[in-house]
Amino acid sequence: MKKNMIIPLFLFIAVYILSFLIKDTISVDLANKNQAPSLSHLYGTDWLGRDMLLRTLKGIQLSITLGMVTALLSTSLGLLLSILATVNSYMDKMVSWLIDLFLSLPHLVTFILISFVLGGGFKGVVIGLMLTHWPAITRVLRAELLQLQTMPYVQISKQLGKGFWWRARYHFLPHLFPQLMVGFTLIFPHAILHEASITFLGFGLSAEQPAIGIILSESMQYLSSGMWWLAFFPGLTLLMMMLLFQRFTNAFKHHLERDRSYEHYTNG
Amino acid sequence: MAVAIIKKLLRLVILLFAVSLLTFLLVSMSPVDPIRAYIGTDMLLVSPEQREQIEAYWGLDQPLFTQYVQWISSILSGDFGTSLIHRVPVTEVIADRFFSSILLIALAWLMSGMLGVMLGSVAAMKKGSWIDRVIRGYCYLLLSTPGFWLGLLLLMVFSVWLGIFPTGLSAPIGMTTGDITLFDRLYHAILPALTLSIIGVANVCLHTREKLIDVLKTPYILQARANGYEGIYLFRRHGLRNMMLPAISVHFASFGELFGGAIIAEQVFSYPGLGQAVVDAGLQGDIPLFLAIVLISAVFVFVGNWIADILYLVLDPRLRKRGNKS
Repeated sequence: MKKNMIIPLFLFIAVYILSFLIKDTISVDLANKNQAPSLSHLYGTDWLGRDMLLRTLKGIQLSITLGMVTALLSTSLGLLLSILATVNSYMDKMVSWLIDLFLSLPHLVTFILISFVLGGGFKGVVIGLMLTHWPAITRVLRAELLQLQTMPYVQISKQLGKGFWWRARYHFLPHLFPQLMVGFTLIFPHAILHEASITFLGFGLSAEQPAIGIILSESMQYLSSGMWWLAFFPGLTLLMMMLLFQRFTNAFKHHLERDRSYEHYTNG
Repeated sequence: MAVAIIKKLLRLVILLFAVSLLTFLLVSMSPVDPIRAYIGTDMLLVSPEQREQIEAYWGLDQPLFTQYVQWISSILSGDFGTSLIHRVPVTEVIADRFFSSILLIALAWLMSGMLGVMLGSVAAMKKGSWIDRVIRGYCYLLLSTPGFWLGLLLLMVFSVWLGIFPTGLSAPIGMTTGDITLFDRLYHAILPALTLSIIGVANVCLHTREKLIDVLKTPYILQARANGYEGIYLFRRHGLRNMMLPAISVHFASFGELFGGAIIAEQVFSYPGLGQAVVDAGLQGDIPLFLAIVLISAVFVFVGNWIADILYLVLDPRLRKRGNKS
């Protein structure tokens, strides 16, 4: 059980740390441009002779950083809004309405809208991702909180004169912690994939940034000339990283839902 | 029933109103200068006085609230304004692309729905076996796949290497509108639709599997098994109907994801649909077109969710009875 969780996470973090060892500027080597994958350039080189493996790793690094920041931000936003929803029924209605409003547009359209308003770039992507990913987790947390509020010990605590924020801190937060962790691990890969697609569409990070979306949208111009490695390997690497993280998420969820883990033995 | 429909329509109107207000406010805060977007590179030739005249002509010197009221009232009278990049009324641009997008989305939706339900059922019936593992692994693999990358791969394999499918657009080059047959349209829509449906399968499949496993745990299945039913017969007689409804509903409720996927697929395959239009409009600051497509996508998602709700009522007699009581 533990091994399932630790190994993917370890590999994932290892790649992330590895990418920091690469210099920020990847040398241009025009003598070796447009090379197919070989032992010296595992992922081949692009039209400026830059090594694609290094570029891909840099892109992955940027994606992970972005994903982490936005997952953290949108989980916090979800937590804040769901706690606000428990203040009174008026606030609850407001929050539910906001959730409905944000879910009424396709994610990507909202995202394009926000990037459009903020003019793209790092800030635009982070805010866009944060604002498109909070509704799902807020819903879960809100439902959980509604249930928690009716618990006898919370009611007693209220009667004893404990304030709202005291209850939020000591009664709600410990219970929400597993949900928050799961929410974070679910949002994280989602945010990365969305960042890559929005960058690919041209609304996200600017063309100088070493993002996977940029690499792939550049590669589109070279597809018909048969330079398949420009698109294939960066995408595959992103996919592998996502799979690693997903393995971790699944094992982690399983670990947290211990009351359901007997299923493993009865039906396995 | 009539009351329910009116209530629902009222909700749609309120939603659209809120969406329009929100997007309008957001867009008016954006750094994009509509006049610059309209005039383009000739901006240098426009003197400040002329600029002021254009602003006055467009009503940009009015307060924001007046602008919004003007915009919404002209939309209500059916005038969505003129697209800045295409230089024709927005309604024309959208009508032109709507068909292409719907064709693409419908194809993808049907394919992923059928394949997803099938795979999910097989996985659930054989829960724990290697088939289940393979199907589940495949679904998780798809969930981690960036859609545009998959599109690029398909494009590379089928269009560039094998040359079976065209590399883009929704009709052959050099043909007038009259000569394009439905077959041409379908032929060009297959590859983007395939991309979209391959990604869409994962969601339906995992949901179907989950639902069918729940169904298989019920006492009546136990009874049926005790009576000697098994395999495909058990599935057809007892599993399928009980699992079908949630699966279809989930699929209808996934219209939002589908629209998002269509944006990406259309971009990869340069397929001229609504998705490509919204990307172009966003990149080049074509605000009227952009706002119109945002509203359309909201209607689209709303209709998907609505159909999902209605399906429950129509197909499940238990819910219908409960609905009447309350």
